[in-house]
Order: sequence, then C-alpha cells, then structure tokens
Amino acid sequence: MAKVTVRIPTALRRVTQGQGEVQIEAETIAELIENLEKEFPGIKERLVDETGEIRKFVNFFVNDEDIRFLQGKETKLEEGAVVAIIPAIAGGAK
Amino acid sequence: MSFQFTEEQIKRYSRHIILPEVGGKGQEKLLKSKVLVVGAGGLGSPALYYLAAAGVGTIGVVDFDVVDFSNLQRQILHNTSRVGMPKVESAKKTLEELNPDVKVVAYNEKIHKGNVLDIIKDYDIVLDGSDNFPTRFLVNDACYFLNKPLVSAAILRFEGQLTTFDYRDKENSPCYRCLFPEPPPPGLVPSCQEAGLLGVVGGIMGTLQANEALKLILDIGEPLVGKLLIFDALGTEFNVVKLRKDKKCPLCGENPKIKELIEYDQESCEIRF
Repeated sequence: MAKVTVRIPTALRRVTQGQGEVQIEAETIAELIENLEKEFPGIKERLVDETGEIRKFVNFFVNDEDIRFLQGKETKLEEGAVVAIIPAIAGGAK
Repeated sequence: MSFQFTEEQIKRYSRHIILPEVGGKGQEKLLKSKVLVVGAGGLGSPALYYLAAAGVGTIGVVDFDVVDFSNLQRQILHNTSRVGMPKVESAKKTLEELNPDVKVVAYNEKIHKGNVLDIIKDYDIVLDGSDNFPTRFLVNDACYFLNKPLVSAAILRFEGQLTTFDYRDKENSPCYRCLFPEPPPPGLVPSCQEAGLLGVVGGIMGTLQANEALKLILDIGEPLVGKLLIFDALGTEFNVVKLRKDKKCPLCGENPKIKELIEYDQESCEIRF
C-alpha cells in the first residue's frame, strides 16, 4: 500500500477534526475514498454520489494532475503522492 | 505622438514608470485599458482599489446590492456612513477620490442573460468576484463568446481559488466549465452567510486578481492560465494544480452543447458538504 498525503479543503475539515492534511494508505483513488471513510466516517458521501461516482463539483488532483485526465477513480497512487481534493466554491461579493 | 503625462501623473505613477517592465509605455497602456469587475464585495473591493490606484483608465463595476453593516468586515471600498447606499455608488466614490484619472462606470443592476453581453463587450478584461454559481457560469460563457480574458476568484471560509481563462486564445486555454461542467443542483447549497469567511481571504485573492489583470494589460510575466491556485489561510499555503482543456467540455470541447447563454436560477455559493 502506498502512503499518500491528502489535502483537505476547509469545507471538509469538520469531518477531519480540523486537519488540513491527512496521511492515508491506498493503491487507487477509489480505495483512498474507502480508507478515508474508515478514518473519518461521513466523508465518503460528501465526495461521491448515490451511484458511487465522484461528485461533479469535487475534483481530485494527484500530484497536481486532475484524475479526470488520468484514470479517474482507478488512478494509481504511488508512495508519497499528494492528493488534493478541490470542491467548487463561488463566494465573493456578499 | 507619444502620450503626454501631466506632472501630477508622473509623480502618481512614478513607482510604476521606474520599473523597466512597465515604464511610460506600460502606464499609458494602463490608462487606456478597460476592466470590468463583477461584484463590489469581498473580492471586488481590493481588486478595484488596486486597479484604480494603478491607473486603469476605465473601470466598470456591476453590483445590485446596497452596503450593509455585515459587509464592512471585509469590503474595504465601503464604510460605515455608506450603509444603505448602492455598492456601485460607494465604490465609484471611493475609487474616484483615490484617483481622478479613473473613469468608473457603475452598473447598479443584476447581471443576467439579457444584459451580460452588452455590459462586457466594451471591456478588455473581466474579473469575476461574484457570490453565486449562476452568475459565475453566465459571466464565463459570455466572456467565452466575446473572447474576453476572465480572471476568476472565489472565496469561502479560510480558502481561496484563483485562475485566469484567456479566451483570446481558446485553442489553448481551458474554460470554467472544463473545471466545473455545470452548477450544482438546487438544494445542495447552504448560503454564504451560513458558511462564513475570514475577511482577509478576500483581500488576498482579490489583490491577486488585480495582479493578473495588470499583467494581462502590460503583457508581462505569466498569466495563471491552465493553473488553479488554491490558498489556505490557516496553513498560509499556496498550492497550484494543473487545469486541462477538456475535450468533452460542454462549452469549449470538440462537440460543444452550449451555443448560447444559459441562465441558472439557483443562488448559491458552495455545494453542501
């Protein structure tokens, strides 16, 4: 299993007890999501929809590359990889 | 014939003019440039302030709101005595007092499908500092159709996002919909007021938006095209990830489905987590 660093957006830190970065072991993004859920129950439903697909407004980047342009959920993770979870936000004026 | 600066202008812009990358020519470009800022709030305030100080000659501001006490924690264009005043009027007052070289065009209206193209068409660059997804998608699509560079920033809680879409070069620049194909469905969204925001995050991200605009006008440095910058205020960390042009993008992909402006009706600033 590869140990990777996951960057958590501020909107999800309520689930990670305030942690902005967590270490998780996983071979793929799909497995990463499952293992995140074991450590931080409730995080999975925020990342994937009812059919198990990653929500359209959440993007995963592995070493700064969007997984939609790699192998999606099956993107392989190497030891020491950095996974960034980036949701759409729209705040600005109000 | 070369541009004639007044003595006051030479003093006012001396710190610019002395930079070889700007110089008199660059300052002239700034004075002749036209930038539109959507939203005179948390992002728009610092962006507008620096654009005006830099001598951007024509600055458009779109906002339909009035100044509220709850704005003053971060919206530094406004002040206590302006509570109740339209934000664009307050913005115009502050900016023209700062720099009389700047012509501020105030649009005290909600941006919508019917007016967006008309508002944007005469500007060189658009900055999006709006507070909801429908406006962001509408402004993006309008800039795409009109080939206008769009500097987009968004803020929430302790986090900021920034990127530049250069629609003068559509072959190479990704678009907003390459990143987020469509707005989240209604019902998935709490209000921005519920989510909260550390005021200074708007200051940082709005100032970076102004920086992007100035670089585009002066044609110096590297614009943040094809890159998304994420700012985390709690860790004081900036991270950059790559944005790619999506061949399946509904707007700029190989078989685009979107060929005209779409108005979404849901007002929201984030998805529910």
